[in-house]
Amino acid sequence: MKELFDRLFGKDRHDIAIEGLFLQGKAMVGKESATVIGTCEHAAIDAALALKISGAILNAVREGPRPILFIADTQGQALTRHDELLGLNGYFAHIARAVDLARRSGHRLITLINGEAVSGGFLAFGMLADKICALPGSEVRVMDLRAMSRVTKIELATLEQLAKESPVFAPGVENFWRMGAIHEIWSDKDSWPERLGMAFASLADERASIGFERGGRMLASPIAQCVANT
Amino acid sequence: MSYFEASARTRIRGLVDAGTFEEFCPPEMRQTSPHLARLNAPLSFDDGVAVGRARLSGHAILIAAQEGRFNGGSVGEVHGAKIRGLLDRALAERPSAVLLLIDSGGVRLHEANAGLIAISEIMRALLSVQAAGIPVFALVGGSCGAFGGMGIVTRLCNEVIMSEQGRLSLSGPEVIETVKGVEEFDSRDRALVWRVTGGKLRRAQGDATRLVEDSIPAFRNAAAELMERYRVHSLPEKSLTDLLADQERLACRNMQFSNARDGQEVWDATLSDSTHVPELSSEEFNQRLLER
Amino acid sequence: MEKFTLTLKSVPAKSRRTTLCGVVSSGNLEVLVEPIGMEDACEIEVSTSAHGFRDIWEAVLNDFAKEHESGGLRLSINDAGATPAVVSLRLSQAFEIASGDAP
Repeated sequence: MKELFDRLFGKDRHDIAIEGLFLQGKAMVGKESATVIGTCEHAAIDAALALKISGAILNAVREGPRPILFIADTQGQALTRHDELLGLNGYFAHIARAVDLARRSGHRLITLINGEAVSGGFLAFGMLADKICALPGSEVRVMDLRAMSRVTKIELATLEQLAKESPVFAPGVENFWRMGAIHEIWSDKDSWPERLGMAFASLADERASIGFERGGRMLASPIAQCVANT
Repeated sequence: MSYFEASARTRIRGLVDAGTFEEFCPPEMRQTSPHLARLNAPLSFDDGVAVGRARLSGHAILIAAQEGRFNGGSVGEVHGAKIRGLLDRALAERPSAVLLLIDSGGVRLHEANAGLIAISEIMRALLSVQAAGIPVFALVGGSCGAFGGMGIVTRLCNEVIMSEQGRLSLSGPEVIETVKGVEEFDSRDRALVWRVTGGKLRRAQGDATRLVEDSIPAFRNAAAELMERYRVHSLPEKSLTDLLADQERLACRNMQFSNARDGQEVWDATLSDSTHVPELSSEEFNQRLLER
Repeated sequence: MEKFTLTLKSVPAKSRRTTLCGVVSSGNLEVLVEPIGMEDACEIEVSTSAHGFRDIWEAVLNDFAKEHESGGLRLSINDAGATPAVVSLRLSQAFEIASGDAP
């Protein structure tokens, strides 16, 4: 992770502690100090980890408005009966509220996908930022095609064929980019500190209209407007 | 009439004041899912959700009802955009409340990416509605419960009205069993599933704010009563102090039930008498919760 | 999905409310009833997941058009494998709602 931090912020420009699957600290983005909160090693997010994330966000709000960078690497929610009994959905909702409070308190929020971002784990904190950027080699998905084929009883070959034409169900950073849910895909050639600095500008939730412009989601924006305005 | 058995449209009819429901993006517009069509799967003219405005006990409301029997109430691009649009509309129209009749397994796999993005847009739109002082209620009592992203959406709501039959959670028991094995969660043990996800557990934890009988009038009465309360005490914006208190409550839950895997353990700690809980009527249950 | 449209003679309908009845779930169907600019015929549009049963559909729908005053209505059906008995039942329910005062 230290290599990643060096590459993202520059050497000696970060102070980030890793505790198991959780990371938090501070780093310099341009001339600004940013709060960094994240998960690593494809973390399965359980109730305890969810509380660490929300706790760190609330701490950042208490410290006053400075940019927050989420680094997301999650295989999704933890799959245990214990976590379901606790009501893991409620812990995720609590994270969402904390992210929303941070936004309303003037924090600019960026998510960086480093590794993988899957389903409920991605919903929990990464997807609620103002802007979402993916590092090279990242993976985003709800479910892989094999499992999807099992559940929907649609032949794998059919799904694979359709996945070439449509971004709407298959895993892949490019698919989410086309649908407006990922704003930027970074490459190895980029200067990451530079891109990070540029990315930290506040945004409204424009994912539906971006998805329309990129041809990935042609209905989400017009339908929401139809219901909202007619 | 049973809420569990009723269709989404029957629920709306039974909940709102007669003749007041006005639907947005109605079925005759035929906004069906192009993604299901491409997979040659059956379509529905409303894509499994009806959205509109109505009155409930005279209060102006916006209402969305998911149809659990169409693809498990799952959220696709169109379905999700209708709910998100309804929440956007609430900001301009300022109803007394937005009611979400949730009956959903979460994201629709046939259009999984679109569904996941739609749910995160619903989450953000819902938070904006609340920040504008408009309360959002979730009603959970259908056959699909509130799972996946819709389980998260439900817990963002200001009030969660549940029947015992309603289930509220994140991952479905079938998913956990498939991935982790039957020892972790036996999805065919219905009694266990309800003890881990059902209305009586969620009410005991406080995740549901009302437990009602499985009848449409019971849901209606609870919603009407809560709406009256919000009329008198308007919704304050969530502050850092509020969220720190929530954080503390959830941390306590983790500590208190650090090894719990069965709802009985929660009932033992929260009810005056925790015997025969599954057999109790909602009234008897609420009484025992109050006595503690 | 198999799709076809039939135009069937029928007595003009008295009332023509737009309504949706039924749910698209396994063994079930939804019917959308709408007014159209005809008098003595109804138009029935079928989209069904069960292939190769057009003859049975035609028999059921012909009976419906004979027994109900449905001229000037369009019935659009999304079917997920309902039996003929269920089809008849849903059509009658939809017709009653579209033509009556029932909510």
